[in-house]
Amino acid sequence: MATVTIADDHTQFYHPKTWIGKYVWSQDHKVIAIQYALTAIAIGLVALVLSELMRLQLGFPDTFHFIQPENYLQFVTMHGMIMVVYLLTALLLGGFGNYLIPLMVGARDMVFPFVNMLSYWVYLLAVLVLVSSFFVPGGPTGAGWTLYPPQSILEGTPGQQYGIILMLVSLVLFIVGFTMGGLNYVVTVLQARTKGMTLMRMPCSVWGIFVAAIMALLAFPALFVACIMTLLDRIAGTSFFMPTLMSMGKNPGYEGGSPILFQHLFWFFGHPEVYIVALPAFGIVSDLISVHARKNIFGYRMMVWAIVIIGALSFFVWAHHMYVSGMNPYFGFFFATSTLIIAIPTSIKVYNWLLTLWRGNIHLRVPMLFAIAFLFTFIHGGLSGLFLGNVSVDVPLSSTFFVVAHFHMVMGVSPILVIFGAIYHWYPLITGRMYNEFLGRLHFWITFIGVYVIYLPMHYLGFLGVPRRYYALGETAFIPHSAHVANQVITVAALVVFVAQGVFFINMIWSYFWGPKADPNPWGAASLEWQTPDHPPKHGNWGDKLPVVYRWAYDYSVPGAARDFIPQNVPHDESAKYHKT
Amino acid sequence: MRVAIVIALLVLGSILFHIFSPWWMTPIASNWGSIDSALMITLYICAIAFVGLNLFLALALLKFRARAGHKAHYEPENVRLEKHLTLWTGIGIAALLAPGLLAWNKYVTIPDKATVIEATGQQWQWGFRLPGPDGVLGTAAVAHMSPENPFGMNPRDPYGRDDILIETNELHMPLGKPVKMVLRSKDVLHDFFVPEFRARMNLVPGIVTYFWMTPTRTGTFEILCAQLCGVGHYQMRGTVVVEKQAAFDAWLAEQTTFGQQLAQNEASPATQLARADAKPVIGAR
Repeated sequence: MATVTIADDHTQFYHPKTWIGKYVWSQDHKVIAIQYALTAIAIGLVALVLSELMRLQLGFPDTFHFIQPENYLQFVTMHGMIMVVYLLTALLLGGFGNYLIPLMVGARDMVFPFVNMLSYWVYLLAVLVLVSSFFVPGGPTGAGWTLYPPQSILEGTPGQQYGIILMLVSLVLFIVGFTMGGLNYVVTVLQARTKGMTLMRMPCSVWGIFVAAIMALLAFPALFVACIMTLLDRIAGTSFFMPTLMSMGKNPGYEGGSPILFQHLFWFFGHPEVYIVALPAFGIVSDLISVHARKNIFGYRMMVWAIVIIGALSFFVWAHHMYVSGMNPYFGFFFATSTLIIAIPTSIKVYNWLLTLWRGNIHLRVPMLFAIAFLFTFIHGGLSGLFLGNVSVDVPLSSTFFVVAHFHMVMGVSPILVIFGAIYHWYPLITGRMYNEFLGRLHFWITFIGVYVIYLPMHYLGFLGVPRRYYALGETAFIPHSAHVANQVITVAALVVFVAQGVFFINMIWSYFWGPKADPNPWGAASLEWQTPDHPPKHGNWGDKLPVVYRWAYDYSVPGAARDFIPQNVPHDESAKYHKT
Repeated sequence: MRVAIVIALLVLGSILFHIFSPWWMTPIASNWGSIDSALMITLYICAIAFVGLNLFLALALLKFRARAGHKAHYEPENVRLEKHLTLWTGIGIAALLAPGLLAWNKYVTIPDKATVIEATGQQWQWGFRLPGPDGVLGTAAVAHMSPENPFGMNPRDPYGRDDILIETNELHMPLGKPVKMVLRSKDVLHDFFVPEFRARMNLVPGIVTYFWMTPTRTGTFEILCAQLCGVGHYQMRGTVVVEKQAAFDAWLAEQTTFGQQLAQNEASPATQLARADAKPVIGAR
C-alpha cells in the first residue's frame, strides 16, 4: 500500500465509489482532516460554553444557583482538558497536519491511509467517552485539568466515582489514536516528499507540524502511563501515586506512593504539549505572514533550527511547573535556567516574523490580520512566561490569576488566532469558495480587542494574589472591591467574544454554500498546496503526475521575476534571481 | 493602517493600565524583598521588549502596507543581524535570570537560627504545631491519627510531649524571627499561601515540605489554600497574626501541649471506663 500512495503511478490508487467510502470511512487525508477539524471544533464549542459558565460565576457570584462549587470545578477541568488536548492538539495536528502535509510536500496521501482513518475514529471514540462523563452519576471529574492525585481519585472531588475513570480512559484512547496519526505525519514527511522537495525546501508549516508530531510521540507516553497508573490506583487499589493518608476521617489503605511522581510524569508530557500546540502555530503563522507580506520568511534556516531547538529543549524544562510542588527545591536552579534559555530561540522566531514584515508589501487581508494579532498576543504571553519561568519570581505568582492570564495568552489565544487565520487562509483551497470579507473583519476585530480586555486585567489580579480555581473569592481582606468589578468587566468581555464567534460560524457555513467561487490561488502563494491540477484538490491530489519541486517555498518578490511569486514547481529561469537551497 | 494604530494604542493602553491599575502586589510583610526586586527587574526588561517589539510591528504595518507600485524587498536572510539579535536577547535573559537565581539561592538556604513551625492541611482546614521549649517537633504519622489525636502524634516520642497543638485556623508568629515553615498534609495536596509573605510551598501527603521566611510587619494576614484540594478548596482559609514577641509569648502560654492533651484524655472518665471494665470507677458518669 505504502509504495502505491507515494509512487507516481496514479492508476493503482484506490478510489472509493460510494458516498460512505468517500466521506465517512474515508482514507483521503483531506477528508480525515475535515473530520478531525469538525470534531475538534464541536468539542471545542463545549469547552467555550464551559468557560462562559465559569466567567458567569466569577463575575457574578451568588447569582447563578445552578453553578455549585462542584459544577465550577467540573467546568474548570473539562474546559482545560478539552482545549489543550481535544481541541488544540487534535485540530492543529489531526486537522491541519492531515490536510497540509501531503499537499505541501507533494504526496498523494499519507503513507498509511488506513491507519490514518483509524486514528480519526479512535479520536472520535475518545471524544465520545469524554462527553459521556457529563451524563454519569456524579458528573465529569472536577480534579483540575492536571488531575493531580491523591485529590483526583478521592472523595471530596466531584466525579471521583465515574468521571475520573472516563477521563483517564478517554485520554488513553486519545493517545492511542494520536500515535497512529503521529507516526503517519512523521513517516510521510520523511518518506513521501516529491522529487526536489528537500527538507530545507519544506514550508515552515510542515516543519512545525513535523517536529510537533515527533515531540508528541515522545511526550504522550508519559501521560499514557500516568493515566494507566492512576486508573490502577483508583480501581485496583495500587499505590503508585497514593501515600498513606487519612481521607475524610478514614484511611483508604493506600501506602507508600508518591503524588509528586505523577506531577513529573504529567509535566514531562505537559510541557512539551505546550510546544506541540505552539510549533504548528509557529509554522503556520510564518507562512501566513510571508504570503501576505509578499516576502520570503526572513531567515528561513534559522526559523527551522529554532523550531527544532525549541522542540528538543522543551523536554528539559518540565519541572518549571513544579517550583513550589515540594520537589527538591535545588531542581529550581536547573529548570529556571533551561526554561529561560528556550526564550532565546523563541525570541528569534518573533524577530524574524517582524523582519519578514519589515520592507514587505503587506496585504491586510483577514488571515494576515489574525497573524498580526497572534504576534501581539504571543509577544505578550511569551514575556509573561519569563516571570513564571524565573523560579523565585514564580513563587508569589504561582496558582494565581497571573498564571491563568499567561497560559491563556500564550497557548490559548495565540494558537487559536493562528487557527482562525489559517482557516480563512486555506478556506478557498478547501471549499473552492471565498469567505465573506466583512464578516471576517468583524470577527477579527471583536475577537482581538475582546481577548485583550479579558486577559490584561487578569495579570494584575494575579500580581495582587487572587488565587485561581476558586469558586468564589468571598470576603478577603487583601482583595479590594475593584477586583470584583474587574471580574465583572472580564465576564462581559468574554460574553461579547463568545457571541462574536457566531459571526465566524455564520461566515463559514454561508460561504460554503453561497460564497463566490475562489481563484485557484487567490493569495498568490508559492507553496505546493495551491498548485494542484484540481480546485479543490481531488483524492490523490496531483492528477496523473506528481509535481517536481525546483525551489524553496518562499520565492516572493524575486528581482527579475515577472510576477511577485514563483511557485515551487516552476523550474529555474535565468532572468530571475535564484535562491539556492 | 487601522491595525497598526490599534497595536500602538494597545501598547499605550497597556502602559496606562499598568500605571493606573488599582491592583498590584500587596504590601510585603516578610524578608522576601529580593523576590519583589527580581520580579520588578523581570517586569522592566519585559516591558522594554513588549513596547519595542510591538511598536516596531506597528511601524512595519504602517510603512510597508500594500499600495500601487510598491514591491517587497528581497532578502532571504541576514546572518549578521540574526547573530546580533541572539546575543542581545541572551544578555537580556541573563540579566533577569541572575537576580531570580540569587533570590532562589536564599530561598533554599534555611538560616541556622530559624525556629520551626508546622502547618498541617486537611480538607478543608488548617492546623498548626509549634515545637515547645525543646525546639524539636515530635514525630507524627497517619497511623497514629484518631479523633483524639488529629495531628497523628507519636505518643511514645518524648520530643512530642511539649509540642503545642493548634486546631483552630489561626496561627501567631513572632515579629522579626526567621521561621522554617514545615508543611504536612493528611489527605491531598494543599498550598500554604499568604500573598503578603511572597514565600509559599505545597503540602504533599506522604512527605514533609518546607520553606522559610521572616515576618517583618505586624498584622493579620489571610492564608489561602492555593493548590486545588476538592470542593471546599475556596473555603480553606486561615489567619496568621504577626505580633511582637511579648504578645506572641502571651498567646503561646494559652495554648495546650500534646502532653497536656494526653493527660486530659487519660483523666477523662470515658478512658478510665474503657480500661477498667473489671472494676468500675466510683463517681464515673
